[in-house]
Amino acid sequence: MATVALRDVRKSYGTNAVIHGVSIEIADGEFIVIVGPSGCGKSTLLRMVAGLEPITSGTIEIGGRVVNDLEPRARDIAMVFQNYALYPHMSVFDNMAYGLRIGGIRGAELRARVEQTAAMLELTPYLDRKPRQLSGGQRQRVAMGRALVRGPAAFLLDEPLSNLDAKLRVGMRLRIKDLQRSVGTTALYVTHDQVEAMTLADRLIVMNGGVAEQIDTPMRIYLEPATTFVAGFIGSPAMNILPAQGTEQGVLLGAVPLALGRPAPGRDVLLGIRPEDLTVAPEGEGLPLTIRAVELLGADAYAHGEIAGGGEMVVRVPGKKALSPGARVGVLPAPGLAHFFDPATGRRLP
Amino acid sequence: MNRATFPHRLLPYLLVAPQLAISLVFFYWPAAQALRQSTQREDPFGLATQFVGLANFRAVLSDPAWLNALRVTVVFSAWTAFLSMAIALLLATQAEKLIRGKDVYRTLLIWPYAVATAIAGMLWLFLFNPSFGTLAWPLRQIGIRWDPLLNGTQAMGLVIAAAAWKQISYNFLFFVAGLQAIPKSLLEAAAIDGAGGARRFWTITFPLLAPTTFFLLVVNTVYALFDTFGIIHAVTGGGPGRATETLVYKVYNDGFVNLQLGSSAAQSVILMAIVIALTAIQFRYIERRVHYG
Ligand SMILES: Nc1ncnc2c1ncn2[C@@H]1O[C@H](COP(=O)(O)OP(=O)(O)O)[C@@H](O)[C@H]1O
Ligand SMILES: [Mg+2]
Repeated sequence: MATVALRDVRKSYGTNAVIHGVSIEIADGEFIVIVGPSGCGKSTLLRMVAGLEPITSGTIEIGGRVVNDLEPRARDIAMVFQNYALYPHMSVFDNMAYGLRIGGIRGAELRARVEQTAAMLELTPYLDRKPRQLSGGQRQRVAMGRALVRGPAAFLLDEPLSNLDAKLRVGMRLRIKDLQRSVGTTALYVTHDQVEAMTLADRLIVMNGGVAEQIDTPMRIYLEPATTFVAGFIGSPAMNILPAQGTEQGVLLGAVPLALGRPAPGRDVLLGIRPEDLTVAPEGEGLPLTIRAVELLGADAYAHGEIAGGGEMVVRVPGKKALSPGARVGVLPAPGLAHFFDPATGRRLP
Repeated sequence: MNRATFPHRLLPYLLVAPQLAISLVFFYWPAAQALRQSTQREDPFGLATQFVGLANFRAVLSDPAWLNALRVTVVFSAWTAFLSMAIALLLATQAEKLIRGKDVYRTLLIWPYAVATAIAGMLWLFLFNPSFGTLAWPLRQIGIRWDPLLNGTQAMGLVIAAAAWKQISYNFLFFVAGLQAIPKSLLEAAAIDGAGGARRFWTITFPLLAPTTFFLLVVNTVYALFDTFGIIHAVTGGGPGRATETLVYKVYNDGFVNLQLGSSAAQSVILMAIVIALTAIQFRYIERRVHYG
């Protein structure tokens, strides 16, 4: 168990900079999720913490000790790989025992520790099997077990659930959170799935193009996204972001005045409203919207439409009151839940 | 598995016909001849032939010179296969670590394979000639009384070195391919689990290379048994004494030099049996234990 600190960590491959300075202080036992689109540098960041990639500049501390130049094995961490990286020629038992044996643990203690971890992950019946004789979900648990059994200072997980089918993934998600809480080990978890990110994280790092756009709790990121990228990435369906103009009373969206917040009068802004913060009203009230398509999910439906004066907008409506394409309605934004961003920098306006 | 299918029934047979014809003319027919000759006694001029049953085999198996050749063959083949594979594996693992110049290094290492066996033999013979060999001189400088023309152990060392050197390229290529097939993440996982470089090699890389190693073991054994004739012929001629006379070399010596055709044929039949048995054992007992995935 340990704290982890990244201070202005950067990475370049040749002249190609892929991580542009990430800093975060992680408390002991905290569950940090690194989330972002594919190619934004999540794996690179994690692999630098693991010691699998040298860092170009900055410092990484684990347990108060700078580990910049330490080999992975000297960092007291365990990692779960996306493809699990189980040793194919070893039984499940030997896969889990590999690191312990290297650590000098033998005999009854070795057996006890492996068996205890295996029991925790319901792997006891499979201890003698080779990885190829296991299902995807079982392999994933072996990979988890191999990390857990060593009792490391920190867990690093790189998209550990992305090779599972949707149902297993939800089950394992809850389980990982449970396990991490019960052992109390600091965890860094990489995913591109925002639902995983929201549900698992104590704090989230939202990455985009090698930059940590926002580091905060999931709820604060949802409620106060720091940039248009974060606003669009967290939350599903994505936040509606439309150009608008500040007025004395509120904003002017297209030609429609809305009493939402108060950016400086006359100022151009980007107005963000989440689909779940909009309600449908009869035509004539609020913002006129022409429905183009409706996605019906059962409990909810997402109505995609076009607002007067151009611009797309998505509205969440109850499934039972789903609209039909072609309908003309008005939408009312919930007061106080609108977000304003600077059109030039994409940053949140106070 | 993707099976190619041919619309015509005859076409597949036509396509394998050349290969079959070659095997028939250059393998099955001589093999049958050897089998027939091994039961006969023939005078050197081929004028009189006499059926003698298994007498040739009995004579061969109780001949001390043949038993010596068997011992020489075992020592020679084991060392040749071991050395050429071990060195190739070492070079392949080092090549994997290179970031720059990988291709140049690989290309250069493949060249010895293009050298004909007999030429390779001559090369080593000249390099280590006791009187003018470029590499014999340093050996003598470090206190070794280098004289492979008289010292049987040194002669053996020389042919093993030449034979192994020639085969390193081939083994190297296969080991490079084998190493590339091992997922990097396995070695990373082992590194995080605390394994150092040597331990990663022996507990992860080496076991996962087993299919390649096994294949090369079969190939190198067969190579050492048969394809090294040219090297032995050029370097030592089986000498000094009979110190480097392998089974194959003895078949040649007895049959083509001494014209004992019956005995030579019996020896080649025994050799054939040995190879078939060796290959069968290797496939039956080793191959089953080396495949993962
Ligand atoms: N070994 C490498 N050499 C050069 N570029 C790399 C290397 N590894 C990753 N990159 C680049 O770094 C960026 C981030 O990659 P990665 O961390 O794998 O992204 P993510 O895990 O978020 O999908 C990508 O643009 C990728 O092309
Ligand atoms: Mg990745």
